[in-house]
Amino acid sequence: MSKDTVEAPLGMTAERQAVIAAQGAAPEKDWVIVTRGIKREYDMGGEIVRALRGVDIAIQRNEYVAIMGPSGSGKSTLMNVIGCLDTPSAGEYWLNGTQVSKMSDDALARVRNKEIGFVFQTFNLLPRATALHNVELPLVYAGVGADERKRRAREALERVQLGERIHHRPNELSGGQRQRVAIARALVNNPSILLADEPTGNLDSTTSEEIMRVFESLAAQGQTVIMVTHEPDIAAHARRVVVLRDGLVASDDRQSTFAEKLGIAAPSV
Amino acid sequence: MPFFEAIRLALQQIWVQKLKSFFTLLGVMIGVTFLIAVVSIVGGMSRYMTDQVVGKIMAVNSFELRHRPNINIGDHGDEYWRELSRRPRIKESDIAPVAQVLPAGVKYAVVSYDNLTVQSKFVGKPKKVQTFTVGNDYFDIKRMAPSKGRMLSSQEFDRGMNAIVVGQDVADYFFPSLDPLNRELTIRGIPYTVVGVAEKQGSAFGISFDKFIVAPHKSPLNRFVNVHGVIDAVMVQTPSREGMLEAMELVRQVMRARRGLRPGQKDNFELETSDSALEFWNKIKGYLVIAGVALPAIGLVVGAIVIMNIMLVAVAERTREIGIRKALGAKRRDIMSQFLVESATLSTVGAAFGVATGFAFAQLIAAVTPLPAAVELWSVIVGISIGAGVGIVAGVYPASRASRLDPIDALRQE
Repeated sequence: MSKDTVEAPLGMTAERQAVIAAQGAAPEKDWVIVTRGIKREYDMGGEIVRALRGVDIAIQRNEYVAIMGPSGSGKSTLMNVIGCLDTPSAGEYWLNGTQVSKMSDDALARVRNKEIGFVFQTFNLLPRATALHNVELPLVYAGVGADERKRRAREALERVQLGERIHHRPNELSGGQRQRVAIARALVNNPSILLADEPTGNLDSTTSEEIMRVFESLAAQGQTVIMVTHEPDIAAHARRVVVLRDGLVASDDRQSTFAEKLGIAAPSV
Repeated sequence: MPFFEAIRLALQQIWVQKLKSFFTLLGVMIGVTFLIAVVSIVGGMSRYMTDQVVGKIMAVNSFELRHRPNINIGDHGDEYWRELSRRPRIKESDIAPVAQVLPAGVKYAVVSYDNLTVQSKFVGKPKKVQTFTVGNDYFDIKRMAPSKGRMLSSQEFDRGMNAIVVGQDVADYFFPSLDPLNRELTIRGIPYTVVGVAEKQGSAFGISFDKFIVAPHKSPLNRFVNVHGVIDAVMVQTPSREGMLEAMELVRQVMRARRGLRPGQKDNFELETSDSALEFWNKIKGYLVIAGVALPAIGLVVGAIVIMNIMLVAVAERTREIGIRKALGAKRRDIMSQFLVESATLSTVGAAFGVATGFAFAQLIAAVTPLPAAVELWSVIVGISIGAGVGIVAGVYPASRASRLDPIDALRQE
């Protein structure tokens, strides 16, 4: 890994710069996420809001990345784009070697189903469905048969230590357990990336630590994890931190250097 | 999403909100109830007409050669009646040639009748009674059996004896609390001996079928009933329906030849079957069925609007669920079909309840009126299908709205 350059955001390696610079070319297999100059503009009643103003990010398989930034920095918009819930107004987005920036709604739905596992701040479980059924949902839309579905959902729940509570509904589970159901749901389709949006935002600190340990162990098992958060101590669990400011990448650093700079570069939240 | 999964989900949704679902379903339920009830009642009336009314007048697989139709229900113009009045009558002389062409095994009987004044020694007041003079096979064709005594014998037929069979009402009127057998009734001054009483024929629309007297064709009554050798009808009965059509054609050819009709000229006589008698009823029945379908349609339209409304509310209430499903990979058509199946299931459940209440309604009518209610399978199938159809139609708009929701906006909703 070489040193930073002047133009690139703080902490970005030359290797990443090279991948980003190769406009229009499909990245090597190892690069799960490559965004090239991603812009996202909204028309808010005649006023154009530039949420993303040219974001370049390259993420390799097995990385554990936190995306940080103050509110209004564009991190939610970036998360939506990376999660294929939204499409950029300009720029390229390559997910797992495929350009998804110009896909139709249904094609994006397929990509979300196969490539992305979402974990939300508010869990977003179906309230009337059991834990098992919630975890089964992505498999339902993937067209997996009922028996196979049940088996894999059960396995995923066992992976997050919830094998005992598969027939409970969300309101019969604690916050941490709910989030673990959500993680099991995100993992059940073996996605390329686990995309977590403020995963501990609704949890107390003890439970937050418990969820972070789940993420740690998943990352240790080789799962690519991308986590959006504004809490530095949560971001500190990641091995790499991307900081957004005003719709641009302000810094993109390995955790070791980030930790040193924490006092200086950390967002004022 | 698999179909059964979607149905299970929909039923669960209905069950969770039982009362709301019930009110939602009311429109469709009432619509289908009336559909089933009306079709059952019309079906019952139809059976009543066929079995009780026309079936009593016309025998099975039989037709009658007449100069004009016996049963004239319906809306006919003046020209129709003028044409009928121009027709020549059927004569005694037509009987033999017609009988000659009939294949073996086919029964036939001359039938004529008139209202004649009848008197008995036991009742002071004479009464007009429909008096028939008939040929040998008459009782056989009509499947008329005696409740007392016997029917006319072939000897009585051949010799034209003064023997009569009377209907139950006639026996009751002229022989109050007496045995009518071997007693006499006087018609136009001539006494006739009662040899039997026919078993009860019942009634239709309050008109009794038991007010009649039957005498042999050759009896002295002939000259009162068949004035100038004019007969009312030749009744022909064949063993099968195909045979009936064949025999009708043979009789038609003979009569056309006898009348000297050229090809292209219409028949100036009538070959009446129970079908032709039922033709008008079938027309009425058609209108009744249309009315029976059109009126429930109003209920179904209301039902559809209610379901559409409820589905729009459901989509609004479950926006977040739609967002979650979309985030997890549900395509537009997955969401679309989920809500379509839900509204179709909702509506079909309503239709099923409607079938049950319609059935009960029809049974109730059958119990308190003389109409037999016949619940027809097709109306149940149509009822259920309409239910599903209404649900699908009502669900299209809400479902397509749901499917077009933006997942980000949907997830943001509380």
